[in-house]
Amino acid sequence: MEVIDLAWWKLGLAAVLVLALAGVSLWARLGITRSLLIASVRTGIQLALIGLVLEALFASARLYWIALLATVMLLVAGREVMARQQRRLRGIWAFGIGTGAMFVSSFAVTVLALTVIIGPSPWYAPQYAIPLLGMMLGNTMTGVALSLDRLNESVWHQRAVIENRLMLGQTWRQAVEDIRKDAMRGGMMPSINAMAAAGIVSLPGMMTGQILAGSPPAVAVKYQILVMLIITVGTGFGALMAVSWGSRRLFDERERLRLDRLVKVGK
Amino acid sequence: MSELRLDTVSVGTLKEVSLQVGSGAVVCISGASGSGKSRLLRAVADLEPHDGRIYLDDIEQVSLPAHEWRKRVVMIPADSQWWFDEVGAHFAEEARHTMPEALGFPPGVMDWPVSRLSSGERQRLALWRALAMAPEALLLDEPTANLDEDMTAAVEVWLLDEIRRRNLAVLWVAHDQGQIRRVANHHYRISGSQLEWVNGSY
Repeated sequence: MEVIDLAWWKLGLAAVLVLALAGVSLWARLGITRSLLIASVRTGIQLALIGLVLEALFASARLYWIALLATVMLLVAGREVMARQQRRLRGIWAFGIGTGAMFVSSFAVTVLALTVIIGPSPWYAPQYAIPLLGMMLGNTMTGVALSLDRLNESVWHQRAVIENRLMLGQTWRQAVEDIRKDAMRGGMMPSINAMAAAGIVSLPGMMTGQILAGSPPAVAVKYQILVMLIITVGTGFGALMAVSWGSRRLFDERERLRLDRLVKVGK
Repeated sequence: MSELRLDTVSVGTLKEVSLQVGSGAVVCISGASGSGKSRLLRAVADLEPHDGRIYLDDIEQVSLPAHEWRKRVVMIPADSQWWFDEVGAHFAEEARHTMPEALGFPPGVMDWPVSRLSSGERQRLALWRALAMAPEALLLDEPTANLDEDMTAAVEVWLLDEIRRRNLAVLWVAHDQGQIRRVANHHYRISGSQLEWVNGSY
């Protein structure tokens, strides 16, 4: 089965529909016209650009180009994790902990999936490596951001409880045990929910895309199962590391709660 | 049998505070609100960065892991916190059954939900929660602030009795002059950045 290529002017037809929606929202004073138009333009430009990048990458398939793109993706995801925390650690820590946790978990799991499970040759073949890493990072980012935000916010609000527990001789780990569990749960819930709903409530985007591109559904389904499993693993380990490093940083070497290391960012 | 000793401790606006609390003795600290009484206690419990040295007998604070130090030198904050749903979950098994009568609780209190406790009840239970850990020194931050007159008297008598019996070294932040006269072996007042010795007897 051959994939039907889309002519650019046909995408214009879809854009006209967006314009129609923009017209209606302007008329109904929904106040979203501007952001709707900007977001649509951004989608077009960003995806067209990444299309060019991927075309070039697929043509050369050098490991260092792929590594460069992966690094850029990681740093952008790290910035996003930082931006999503209302209270974050001061200095390099907010960025460092989020990025570090994502790096260790998503890169390790992606490389494992590529080398052991899928096995393209070379193992870093961009057609497999880049989409897989993109999905991993996108989901790990959400998990890490949610769990760090929950951790910092809960510690801030429960500082009196934490300090009272410390006064009674508990270690810092015991004093934030409940909060750590809660933050981990918060980070992992979206991927667990996505797995539970897959195929019944939602047809996952990757599988849908693969079927559209002509893969037999049986193959697409296997890839989708693989992706959902490794996304959950990556998110879980990412959240685990982020929460454990983040909570360690909230205490000093004398096990004192150091809320002066948190800073509130205006939203 | 432990003696608590502060050697040129500085925290917040307080500078170079030195004092000794003998075993079985109560040293009261008073001062205007915001003068740093609670911060001094927090420094002794090592909950706040501070300068100077603090000893329990010849054990220096920094020579123990912080949680080990805090098991020996237990602070009871003015506003005690309760994080489980039931009262009993905050106590070790043995302490649930050996609650002293002087605190005025009926036998079933360990099964009560925490939400049922008044602030005075929380304060009294917090005292027992700390004492049940068998500490060597106590840091009390206005321990009777939410109690009525009768209960204050009863708690004072019970606390002093426990302090003498267990030979605890006690730093007691108080503002009521009558209470200070009743419980203190020594009394210091915070004035500016210094502790000022008011009176005392041994």
